Amino acid sequence: MNTQRLPYWLTLGVAVVFLFMHAPLLVLVLFSVNDSKFSMEWKGFTTKWYERLAERQDIVDGLMSSLTVGLASTVIATVLGTLMALAIARHEFRGRRAIEALLYVPIVTPEIVVGISLLILFMAAHFPLGLGSITVAHVAFNISFVAVVVHSRLQGMDRNLEEAAMILGADEITAFFRVTVPQLWPGIISGAMLAFTMSFDDYVITSFVAGTDAATLPMVVYTMVKKNIEPSINAISTVVLLATTILIIVADRAGREESLTAKKAPAE
Amino acid sequence: MAEAPYAGPVVEFRNVSKTFGNYKACIDISFQIERGEFFSLLGPSGCGKTTTLRLIAGFEEPDRNGGEIRIDGQLVNTQRPYERQLGMVFQNYALFPHLTVERNIAFGLEMRGTPKTEIPGRVEKAMSMVRLDPGLFARRKPAQLSGGQRQRVALARALVLEPRILLLDEPLGALDLKLRKEMQLELKQLNKDLGMTFVFVTHDQEEALTMSDRIAVMSNSRIAQLGTPAQIYECPRTPFVARFIGESNFFEGKCVERQGDGWLVEGEGARFEVPNHPGLSEGGAVRIAVRPEWLDVFRPDAVPPGENALPGVVRTVIYLGETLHVLVRVGQREVAVAVRNEGQLTRPLTFKAGDAVVVAWMRDDCQVLEEDG
Amino acid sequence: MTVRQRFLRFFHERPQLKAWALLAPGMGWLLLFFVVPLLMMFGYSFMPRNPLGGVDAGFTLENYARFFDPLYLKIVLKTLGYAVSCTALCLLLGFPVAYAIARAGRLRNFLIFLVMLPFWTSFLVRMYAMMFMMRDSGLVNSTLIDLGVIETGFEMLSTPFAVLTGLVFGFLPFMVLPIYSSLEKLDLSLLEAAAVLGARPAQSFVRVTLPLAMPGVVAGSLLVFIPALGSFLTSDVLGGAKEVLVGNLVQNQFGSARDWPFGSAASFVMMTLVLGAVTIYLRVRDAGEAMEK
Repeated sequence: MNTQRLPYWLTLGVAVVFLFMHAPLLVLVLFSVNDSKFSMEWKGFTTKWYERLAERQDIVDGLMSSLTVGLASTVIATVLGTLMALAIARHEFRGRRAIEALLYVPIVTPEIVVGISLLILFMAAHFPLGLGSITVAHVAFNISFVAVVVHSRLQGMDRNLEEAAMILGADEITAFFRVTVPQLWPGIISGAMLAFTMSFDDYVITSFVAGTDAATLPMVVYTMVKKNIEPSINAISTVVLLATTILIIVADRAGREESLTAKKAPAE
Repeated sequence: MAEAPYAGPVVEFRNVSKTFGNYKACIDISFQIERGEFFSLLGPSGCGKTTTLRLIAGFEEPDRNGGEIRIDGQLVNTQRPYERQLGMVFQNYALFPHLTVERNIAFGLEMRGTPKTEIPGRVEKAMSMVRLDPGLFARRKPAQLSGGQRQRVALARALVLEPRILLLDEPLGALDLKLRKEMQLELKQLNKDLGMTFVFVTHDQEEALTMSDRIAVMSNSRIAQLGTPAQIYECPRTPFVARFIGESNFFEGKCVERQGDGWLVEGEGARFEVPNHPGLSEGGAVRIAVRPEWLDVFRPDAVPPGENALPGVVRTVIYLGETLHVLVRVGQREVAVAVRNEGQLTRPLTFKAGDAVVVAWMRDDCQVLEEDG
Repeated sequence: MTVRQRFLRFFHERPQLKAWALLAPGMGWLLLFFVVPLLMMFGYSFMPRNPLGGVDAGFTLENYARFFDPLYLKIVLKTLGYAVSCTALCLLLGFPVAYAIARAGRLRNFLIFLVMLPFWTSFLVRMYAMMFMMRDSGLVNSTLIDLGVIETGFEMLSTPFAVLTGLVFGFLPFMVLPIYSSLEKLDLSLLEAAAVLGARPAQSFVRVTLPLAMPGVVAGSLLVFIPALGSFLTSDVLGGAKEVLVGNLVQNQFGSARDWPFGSAASFVMMTLVLGAVTIYLRVRDAGEAMEK
């Protein structure tokens, strides 16, 4: 009996499921360059839907807003999340369980609940709604995420490295910056890129805390989808898909760099 | 005006204790390490030897009221590792993966503020000291090195700072046998050439016996015995030490009466003599350790006079090349006797499995044991 | 001693304080912008509604009582129904995918990356992609018409079928990854050993593969069930106004209906369902671990 190859019906079935998972997105990309407004037929290659995007002020503004919020919230969430990961990985303290539970709250809370509860808070505190409130919200859901990624990287790290630095004369601060951070860096970058992606793509939470004036790119896309305008939606969707894919590939590459556990050493 | 260098021991532990939560890792540890000595901490896992080393390094601090640690006479209980100016080689080398070999070795020099012009020269010198070709290895990263090479880099990194003490935490564990033996000799040589005090942690008793000037044998968070390799091997104080170092046979009995300057003991189905030892009294229990090489096997009719003799039956003879291990059943015990191999093809043993024989030793070729405690 | 040395020594002597100092900023943010809002929302759910928006002072259970109204009860049950169906379908489709990838040898990492890629892209864009396919003038209908299978397009959107398909499309990667993680440790030699001992492929599967995959199956089910319960975008984009789930209900109360207390109560009903699922998961997991001992 051959345990190597899978039965043909299984491979076929899995291929179909794979198709289901990816074909709709590929179709979008395809039709974003199709010179046809309503028909599903292929009418020739064109970039006009992308050109239309660039002409639209709401798209450009939305993109700018998304990038601003993304950058700001990523930086803050990365710093806070990394600090938390350091505390959890390297210290014994009472209340550890409570902190770990706190980190999991964002994960089990549905997005819509997060959105409206923040809206309640902001309104009650008379906190102005806009890019600021959006950034605050994005940081909140990204902290846990960065903390978990950096924490797992820390766990895989050799603790002796910091001790080696200390016996060589580096105090805690020097050891942290000269030894710990270079080791953590790929994990931090990876966590940061994923946090940026989550922020860039978020619709539900953002829509509740944005108020009337501010609009990020996903909010603009949502309006376009609801109003069912022309194929420019395909174009902007493709842009978003592409941007995210690139970010994910970079994050994945960064995270894989330099395994921290001792590699199998070459022969003597 | 330069201060006169401290003349006393370079490391001194006085009644040091270290507790982690409920667990006592070190209980009442006291010892002194002399300048230039090769001092080993030996014992099984969990005995406290690594914690002791880490106390010297400063990664752990003694308990409040947990004794005193002095380095060169100075009390260092609360001194941080980066203030102690020691060198350390870690079990898994702990080389900085993101730095090249030369940057690794230069790290300590940079921490000290050594002028940039001086650094390359000193790095090169350190690499030569551990026999790593600077031309070949300086630019490599740790991931590109073999285990033995990494270990040398770790050594160079510590030595380049010319520390007063070098701490080594089971540094040879990951190496294959041949390389281990080589490194043992190299380390011993470095210790003598540099005149630097080495504190070496190991669980391998053979390694400790080979390399050390003195050994502290540890068990259950305490020091069981402290002495030279000869003292530890030939005069083990407790059953634990006797068992842990080399092989030992244990015989027990009750003291019947004084005999000459020793005692007559009844036990193991016969009577035998033991040398005098404080704590022995008439009617009291006694336990001795006899190493296999101190025993001999004779045919029952050929026992030399003046030796202790226990009757038994040969169970098996194991051929080890240089020696033969003869396992003899004496009463309830299995006794191991190491007999020199005089060439089994030309001068074979005069007994074989199943024969009735006598196991004999000279009275003073034994060690009267105190209890483990 | 310099300031720096004093600073380091201070924290060295107080390790608990050091830990809390590192935790404080992040924890503070999470407490203030996660826990407090949730508590406020909980409070709001017990307060009467202010017609001008927001809440009046007071205490009332009416918001929760409204859930016994068949209209709202139906919504809750419908949501549960969708969540359960979606999870079941994801399991049915996702397990073979995870299994196939685990057996794929060197292609493993590439394939799992492909599976996870859509997961990271915008959920909104993915729902739009579904909408694009299933529209009256969309690709599926056009293709079927071109192939002569049907005469005119049939309405796919605004049906339970559309919502369910959208949910499965959206959450399938969440099921695949945990199962794959569990199966990753599947050593082909285990299966070979089973074969040598006389097991047929089906038996090997049940006795060797399935138990190994169980933790992943349970985790994956949870990772699909929870967001499915809380889903809003899928039914919004693909269900039109016809398919109303708890998520849509909540959004409505905070939007045009301006009934924040009721919306808060609905959120808590949703949260309760989620917490119920998590508790069951933890019990099952602990029971599984206890059985292994």
